[in-house]
Amino acid sequence: MEIKSITSPASFKLSAPLKESPLTEATAINSEICAAGEPWMGRVAKGQTFRIVDLEGNQAVDTLFFNANNLEERYSPAHTVQKSGQLYLGLGSKLYSSNAQVMATISADTCGRHDTLGGACASESNTVRYAMEKRPMHSCRDNFMTALTTFPLAEEIGLDVRDIGANINFFMNVPVLPDGELYFADGISGAGKYVEIVAEMDLIVLISNCPQLNNPCNGYNPTPIKLLTWEATNHA
Amino acid sequence: MSSRSSLTTAEKAALSIIPANQNPLWEDLLPGGFHWSARIRRGTVLRLTAQAADANLAALFFNAEEKLERYNAPDTLKAQHTAFLTRGHVCYSDMGRILCSVVTDTTGWNDAFCGVSDAEQIKTQYGLRDFGAARNGMYRSGREGLLIEMGKWGLGKRDLVTNVNFFSKVSADDTGKLIWNADHAQAGDIVELRFEMDTLVILSAAPHPLDPATTYDPAAILLSAFAAAPVAANDVCRTSCEQNGRGFQNTERYFAAMPASSLHSSNQAGA
Ligand SMILES: [Zn+2]
Repeated sequence: MEIKSITSPASFKLSAPLKESPLTEATAINSEICAAGEPWMGRVAKGQTFRIVDLEGNQAVDTLFFNANNLEERYSPAHTVQKSGQLYLGLGSKLYSSNAQVMATISADTCGRHDTLGGACASESNTVRYAMEKRPMHSCRDNFMTALTTFPLAEEIGLDVRDIGANINFFMNVPVLPDGELYFADGISGAGKYVEIVAEMDLIVLISNCPQLNNPCNGYNPTPIKLLTWEATNHA
Repeated sequence: MSSRSSLTTAEKAALSIIPANQNPLWEDLLPGGFHWSARIRRGTVLRLTAQAADANLAALFFNAEEKLERYNAPDTLKAQHTAFLTRGHVCYSDMGRILCSVVTDTTGWNDAFCGVSDAEQIKTQYGLRDFGAARNGMYRSGREGLLIEMGKWGLGKRDLVTNVNFFSKVSADDTGKLIWNADHAQAGDIVELRFEMDTLVILSAAPHPLDPATTYDPAAILLSAFAAAPVAANDVCRTSCEQNGRGFQNTERYFAAMPASSLHSSNQAGA
């Protein structure tokens, strides 16, 4: 592969500071493991806090948000980038919807940078990016399709491929150089690092815990993640 | 850093892949701020010509015969290891196929991640001028324009994904802070798109969402369609990276798989 991956670009600077969360796992109202390469879907109510933990490190977590009360309103990377004037996500980033509303705010982050340009891997794009023979490999878009066609919550609310827009890649570093070159980089996440959002509206969260084996986003070895939720009342 | 090109309008026009003596199939002037859509056949070149400085043309692409298949900004950018589009790049669908190729670009950079302006932003930035006050000089937003045209083809908000902004340049510094590049496009700049699939093209010439101008005066865009020469083995878009070679292969397979009768009727249908 001629993937231009770089482990520590000279230009790598964090755009936001790191911050640990005051919340402890003991007070979480929900705690689940999403296994390596699997999808997950759930609700996070307005005011609740949702944490994604990269249990073993170097895992990309492809995440979509929908307004639970108006499914046509969903996470929009273009609005998020445009409204913030900033390409990368980190502490304090506001995640905007397709209706230009704030869906969630990153309230804690021990990783430092998250991508919203790269989108999800797919069987079809894998043929282009790597080789025709990669088509049968497990992918994030297949994960999204699995969730939308078999998960009870998805069947209840009714979403399909038209609803799958571009996602956030938590823990993934996709630097864009000033000349516009785009890289897939490695090495900013680690075991136990996490990102936390506070929901600014009632959310449906759809995750593919990325099974990509062809580039360094998962360190070539997809691993499990942990998903935790806290009630709004637990906020300081 | 200004990206202003030193080429004259005539020198820019000479960079076209269409021979100077080849007549357009048709031409259409898209006034600044206005919106437009059409099916464009495989094997057509659509030339976009900026009629004034600081032009912006928001564009979305759908497979005309299966509109669930649509332009995918992330797949387009990561396949070509770029955050912007220029000559040699292609626009990928979410099915690993090429909707269109950028065969000519005199601007050197077309924004692929900022999305469109919306009505609220236009009102805040430029004031409110509705039809009652200004007739067709009313202020329009990119989002309204795209949704109006998409609605004509049965598409809606669920289909409004990140678009391309032709003629606009937004780069980023090493912390990811966005940089609006003023003085980027000028009158006479051209972008030529060669369509590799029968494509539903949705356009809006409303201002770019990051354009800091306080006067609403978006440039008109001249649209000119030409019959394209067949894609050569050494075509600049096919050979710019090995990924694009496979993208063309996927696209050619799609058409090879169609029975001749279906290909024919598809060529007859639509506007
Ligand atoms: Zn993936």
